[in-house]
Amino acid sequence: MLHIFCPHCGELRSEEEFHAKGQAHIPRPLDPNACTDEEWGNYLFFRDNPRGLHHELWIHAAGCRQYFNVTRHTVTYEILETYKIGEKPGVTEASVAAKKAVAQGVTA
Amino acid sequence: MQRYSGFGLLKHSFSHHENWQRMWRTPTPKPVYDVIIVGGGGHGLATAYYLAKEFGVRNVAVIEKGWLGGGNTARNTTIVRSNYLWDESAQLYEHAMKLWEGLSQDLNYNVMFSQRGVFNLGHTLQDMRDIERRVSANRLNGIDGEVLNAKQVEELIPYLDCSKNTRYPVMGASLQRRGGVARHDAVAWGYARAADALGVDLIQQTEVIGFRKENGAVIGVETNRGFIGGKRVGVVTAGNSGHMAKLAGFRLPLESHPLQALVSEPIKPIIDSVIMSNQVHGYISQSDKGDLVIGAGIDGYNGYGQRGSYPTIEHTLQAIVEMFPVLSRVRMNRQWGGIVDTTPDACPIIAKTPVPNLFFNCGWGTGGFKATPGSGHVFAASLAKGEMHPLAKAFSIERFHNGALIDEHGAAGVAH
Ligand SMILES: Cc1cc2nc3c(=O)[nH]c(=O)nc-3n(C[C@H](O)[C@H](O)[C@H](O)COP(=O)(O)OP(=O)(O)OC[C@H]3O[C@@H](n4cnc5c(N)ncnc54)[C@H](O)[C@@H]3O)c2cc1C
Ligand SMILES: [Zn+2]
Repeated sequence: MLHIFCPHCGELRSEEEFHAKGQAHIPRPLDPNACTDEEWGNYLFFRDNPRGLHHELWIHAAGCRQYFNVTRHTVTYEILETYKIGEKPGVTEASVAAKKAVAQGVTA
Repeated sequence: MQRYSGFGLLKHSFSHHENWQRMWRTPTPKPVYDVIIVGGGGHGLATAYYLAKEFGVRNVAVIEKGWLGGGNTARNTTIVRSNYLWDESAQLYEHAMKLWEGLSQDLNYNVMFSQRGVFNLGHTLQDMRDIERRVSANRLNGIDGEVLNAKQVEELIPYLDCSKNTRYPVMGASLQRRGGVARHDAVAWGYARAADALGVDLIQQTEVIGFRKENGAVIGVETNRGFIGGKRVGVVTAGNSGHMAKLAGFRLPLESHPLQALVSEPIKPIIDSVIMSNQVHGYISQSDKGDLVIGAGIDGYNGYGQRGSYPTIEHTLQAIVEMFPVLSRVRMNRQWGGIVDTTPDACPIIAKTPVPNLFFNCGWGTGGFKATPGSGHVFAASLAKGEMHPLAKAFSIERFHNGALIDEHGAAGVAH
């Protein structure tokens, strides 16, 4: 069972109170009528599906009923951070890679 | 290949069954193949078999990172049916059903295909309307189907709680009598053995980690054991297909989710058909060994760890006990997860890709086992000719851009 820290409630709560809502940070096209079929299809249907870090939208459905973002590893299921809508993730593929490089530099 | 038969069984009994031939070779990869299949699940193996048998392409390799049939093929609840709503999918699954009906003879391997009937229960008025619509559509497509009322369901499934006291009383069901189950491992092994006999190289423990291209077209695959050349490459990697597309340099509208199943301790025969309910969300059958085979829903989040979440197990067993209160004390033996590649319209992608000579057959999500023979057959035809088989055409990637979706969420909802 995952324990998820809701940034609105400020508490660790159990997975069952939450729903995953898919990839986070998808900008809605500013002018939908100007989209090509390709752009519109990509917006509606194409999602990141990484084996690794994933930034995703969750809702605390049986709690405060608010949305927030989660950075989660899709193989280990480890949750690296949760953060509010509008905020930027602190942990990204790039930041993890940079950290790794530093660590290796130190130990090498 | 030694053919299996009753006499063979008798003959081998005299030597204590110690001299059976190996089912397939362990070849070293050739430098180049006419067709490379990535993924040795049921669909990949079936593709290789039909390529060699029906389309005369025998210089074929199947490259599998683990062992043959160890992916979703080994992890599924083996429900086979063809009662899908829309023409495109109904025809594809019915094509598979017809192949299932002669498969054990064709492969000379007992895949234990058992047409014991598949019930889809209805618990609401809307369920019953959808069932009538789907069965009517099926019959127009020449696919068998019946609409049953609650009384008929009660007579056919004696242990199902059809009383008015349940939270979601059973109002009726659809029944496809030609539907049923098959032995998942036997399907993979039967196709593998028959393909090997026709000269297909089955290369296990070899992971594809990239695609080599020349002038934008694929010319082979990079593996953890080196480069293997291929004039055409067909990728059939189920839950890992999104990742494979990324390696090839394009995106697919796939999301990978864990899907779980569980089996109980073996008990006396009690359920002689397959019973599925979208509404309470559970489905169940009983294997010949006596275990109850129970399927869950997908976890809501994306995942590649082949295990599932605990709340999902709990919800599934709640649904099963709601349907069959008599099972409340049966103990579960094992539980596991597979990674299913879901698409926005719950239909597969069997298509050419933006990369010339590279084809994908994926997106079968929660319900592709039933399609194994048909999927392999149409994909083999497409790889042999370089043009998509007529039954595969509608399952293109373009449908997510031109809007020609084939929405099977209704028929495929829980349904596996
Ligand atoms: C719990 C569960 C229950 C299900 N129940 C049903 C059901 O009742 N009825 C039904 O019709 N369907 C069901 N399904 C769906 C069904 O199992 C799948 O749709 C079907 O088995 C897919 O077959 P496949 O051959 O495409 O995939 P798989 O059997 O998963 O084969 C893909 C293979 O590709 C290999 N692979 C992946 N990446 C690489 C790589 N880079 N290099 C080399 N090899 C690679 C994998 O190791 C794997 O062996 C269920 C699935 C699950 C998980
Ligand atoms: Zn909250």
